[in-house]
Amino acid sequence: MSAASQLRLVASRPRTQFHLTEPYHPENSVLLGFWIYLMSDCLIFSVLFATFGVLGRNYAGGPSGAALFELPVVAVNTGLLLVSSFTYGMAMISAQGGARRSALAWLGVTGLLGCGFLGLELSEFAHLIGEGAGPQRSAFLSSFFTLVGTHGLHVAFGVIWLTTLMVQVARRGLTETNLRRLMCLSLFWHFLDVIWIAVFSFVYLLGALK
Amino acid sequence: MNAAVPIAEEADLPGRGARADYVRGFTMAAVLTAAAFTLVMSNALGNTPLTVAAVMGLAVAQVVVHMVFFLHMNSRSEGGWNLLALLFTLLLVLIVLSGSIWVMYHLNANMVPPSPDDMRQMP
Amino acid sequence: MQNPQHPPLPAGLDFARLLFGRLTWDALPLHEPIVVGTFLVVAAVGLAVLAGVTRYRLWGYLWREWFTSVDHKKIGAMYVILGLVMLLRGFVDALMMRAQQALSFGQSHGFLPPHHYDQLFTAHGVIMIFFVAMPLVVGLMNFVVPLQIGARDVAFPFLNNFSFWMTAGGAVMMMLSLFVGEFASTGWLAYPPLSGLAFSPGVGVDYYIWALQIAGVGTLLSGVNLVATIIKMRAPGMSLMKMPVFAWTALCTNVLIVATFPVLTAVLALLSLDREAGTHFFTNDLGGNPMMYVNLIWIWGHPEVYILILPAFGVFSEIVPTFSRKPLFGYVSMVYATIAITVLSYLVWLHHFFTMGAGGDVNGFFGITTMVISIPTGAKIFNWLFTMYRGRVRLELPMLWTLGFMVTFVIGGMTGVLLAVPAADFVLHNSLFLVAHFHNVIIGGVVFGMFAGINYWFPKAFGFRLDEFWGRVSFGFWLVGFYVAFMPLYVLGLMGVTRRMSHFDDPSLRIWFVIAAVGAGLILLGIVSFVVQIAVSVKNREALRDLTGDPWDARTLEWSTASPPPEYNFAFTPVVHENDAWWDMKARGYQRPSAGYLPIQMPSNTGAGVILAAISVVIGFGLVWHIWWLAAAAGAGLLAAAIGHSFPDAGERVIPVEHVVGVECSRSDMIRSVA
Repeated sequence: MSAASQLRLVASRPRTQFHLTEPYHPENSVLLGFWIYLMSDCLIFSVLFATFGVLGRNYAGGPSGAALFELPVVAVNTGLLLVSSFTYGMAMISAQGGARRSALAWLGVTGLLGCGFLGLELSEFAHLIGEGAGPQRSAFLSSFFTLVGTHGLHVAFGVIWLTTLMVQVARRGLTETNLRRLMCLSLFWHFLDVIWIAVFSFVYLLGALK
Repeated sequence: MNAAVPIAEEADLPGRGARADYVRGFTMAAVLTAAAFTLVMSNALGNTPLTVAAVMGLAVAQVVVHMVFFLHMNSRSEGGWNLLALLFTLLLVLIVLSGSIWVMYHLNANMVPPSPDDMRQMP
Repeated sequence: MQNPQHPPLPAGLDFARLLFGRLTWDALPLHEPIVVGTFLVVAAVGLAVLAGVTRYRLWGYLWREWFTSVDHKKIGAMYVILGLVMLLRGFVDALMMRAQQALSFGQSHGFLPPHHYDQLFTAHGVIMIFFVAMPLVVGLMNFVVPLQIGARDVAFPFLNNFSFWMTAGGAVMMMLSLFVGEFASTGWLAYPPLSGLAFSPGVGVDYYIWALQIAGVGTLLSGVNLVATIIKMRAPGMSLMKMPVFAWTALCTNVLIVATFPVLTAVLALLSLDREAGTHFFTNDLGGNPMMYVNLIWIWGHPEVYILILPAFGVFSEIVPTFSRKPLFGYVSMVYATIAITVLSYLVWLHHFFTMGAGGDVNGFFGITTMVISIPTGAKIFNWLFTMYRGRVRLELPMLWTLGFMVTFVIGGMTGVLLAVPAADFVLHNSLFLVAHFHNVIIGGVVFGMFAGINYWFPKAFGFRLDEFWGRVSFGFWLVGFYVAFMPLYVLGLMGVTRRMSHFDDPSLRIWFVIAAVGAGLILLGIVSFVVQIAVSVKNREALRDLTGDPWDARTLEWSTASPPPEYNFAFTPVVHENDAWWDMKARGYQRPSAGYLPIQMPSNTGAGVILAAISVVIGFGLVWHIWWLAAAAGAGLLAAAIGHSFPDAGERVIPVEHVVGVECSRSDMIRSVA
């Protein structure tokens, strides 16, 4: 029930009525609560971005972003995540239409794209560490690995959650609870894509400029 | 979790949207991403403040696209609380980022510059 | 570049290291008589409590009715109890510090070695902020807010239980550090490089980090929970501008929690990466910058101050109108002042490190914002004064604490404005003047506020009032004790004496420390009197019983239901027409309904919160002691338990209508018996 309809409800009651005689169910808070949680997550990232912003040019005689970043790989990764956002949207449309199978299929595709993203990112990390450009090398690399790694950790958690939800949808179907859970994950997944925009723009693209 | 009660009016829910919205949003996001990468990879504007500004502008535009078309952010969802929370968070993100960078920049600028001898011993 | 080579370990040590990490018998501080003595006392008291619980067969009752409860009222009470228990621990630390500083002059070095003294002041700060003030504040909000807004529970009852147990888990880590290993000796914010691996190689800082991380999860989630509750679950008709001011301050406080605790989490995570993974965020070499830690942690730290004080402001805003029998003066300005403080609290963090050297522009900006934030705070003081003006003020216990607050807090606020002047701060930074200032606002503001709140809402929570005489004694000792303990520190600070010293040479300073120690003794009497107050009240509970549900003739909705409220809070959802809803109801001749009851749906209790939090403590312990297998196994267990918990839908049960009728009828009988 929206605030406006609540007010209407009261306006229609006599001034001396001080309680409802019918059962009252406040609107479900899960999506709002989850959104508030996401906002708090956003602030974790803001700290990591601020740290990168302050320490991101402290190379300590080590390699710089311009020397390390391979933009084609980043572009592919960005594409994977962007497409996964789209496929998650398709999954939501199917789920709301009650099409369990196609929802599961779209979710599966989304999960695979997420795994692909993680795989590429891990191989990039392994490559950097192999070159001696690990997180211990300089403050720049510490903040780079932590920022990108934290995003990756979120994606990994998203994939685990997505798998759990697929099992739940397969078992119980598209119940109201499951739909709400899918919507929460939808917020989470799209939110991660938004964070990634900031990562590829500020860390990779601007870092690749000399 | 009472099945008898509708959770809310359709339009109020984030995460809901029409297929066309997703297609439109996806296309715009793809174009903006491609533009940013091309700009830097082709070095079209050279290594200039203009490139930096363009990349940042494209990023902001893409964030807005994602917010509107994927996260279905509007002033109605959850009675406006979602948008209010987002704006408040953006304000704080701005304070944390710009504040930290400003403060730390001034600190660095006020530091006693290292002597040539110190410079030689730096790792 | 080659990866750094690890030095080879002796073969025999290898296996033990794998199994127990850094944990050896040396971790038990058997060579420190004070710690052993403390341990014996704690163990004796703990065993006595456990034995008592077993003797009276209370385990089942406690587990079913309290530990697994998702009732916001019980969770709120558990938070307050946690806070009061930890207050005792934190206060013992304070007494030892005061005694040490009073004794340790010239030839004498007191009874505490410096490394122990350093742990004491660190633990004192951490405990008082995170495990006393926070649980008291969160507990009070948990108990009061749903009742005040006419809701049956919070938005996420299970999450609420889980949040509490995570906070308690952090407190367990904290207590563990006293007896197994050591605590940080870095000061309560653990600035690097001192807290880095190079200067603090032991487990102390790791205990600090993981105690706060575990408790932080709980705090964050309870913040999300209460924000959602206040936004979504207000009774019909209660628009935002008809909310009680306490609910408003709770909303702003929880917004601050949600928006700042992630910053703390992130900063501590970076510090632990520096310590465990060899990164260079806050180190002195390879591009790290310790001042970045200071910058970031105060971005959390300053709003944290307002997280603590805003609910206290809310408490006073409820108490003053009730005991002046007048509506709050300037309700709207009170709300806007609260919002202004919420936003401004993000713009002042640098005043904690003016001396860092960021220069005149930066210091000037933050000095001015700091002075600006005192304006809405001052407006609140005037609002309370104008509420009392020409009111029929009753000097009951909550009102006494409020008056004590108003005088004390204004003094603390004014010394704060002094410190906001960067030039003055360069002289006073890190001195005992600062220590006196923040104790002045935290004791005079938060602690007095919490005691006022406890005295005010205790009858609502437990059905009987607190004893008046011992309450007055407690208030008197606290008030006088505070001034005797902290005014000398202002003097010492102006003389240039710095904080965190375990020994002084100049004997002329000693008298001030002795006076301060006497003050701490008076506060001790205040705490003892409070314990006596509780005990006497429990003993005389029949005489102090509140049968009406409205012992103070108060104004807000929580007083419209029984004391203690039934588990469903309100048999019928209230409809709100005006500010001070209950006053409005009383003024318009509200009649309690006597028929038409309905069955009520409530969430079921669950033990999942206790289990998840216990696993988290095991993870923390493994990480502190580098028992990696334990941390990994417990981490996997936590993930599995969390996924497992998500499978069944949230449990609900229905309270049958006969039960509701029974409860409400017996309440009607009670009210009739008074009339």
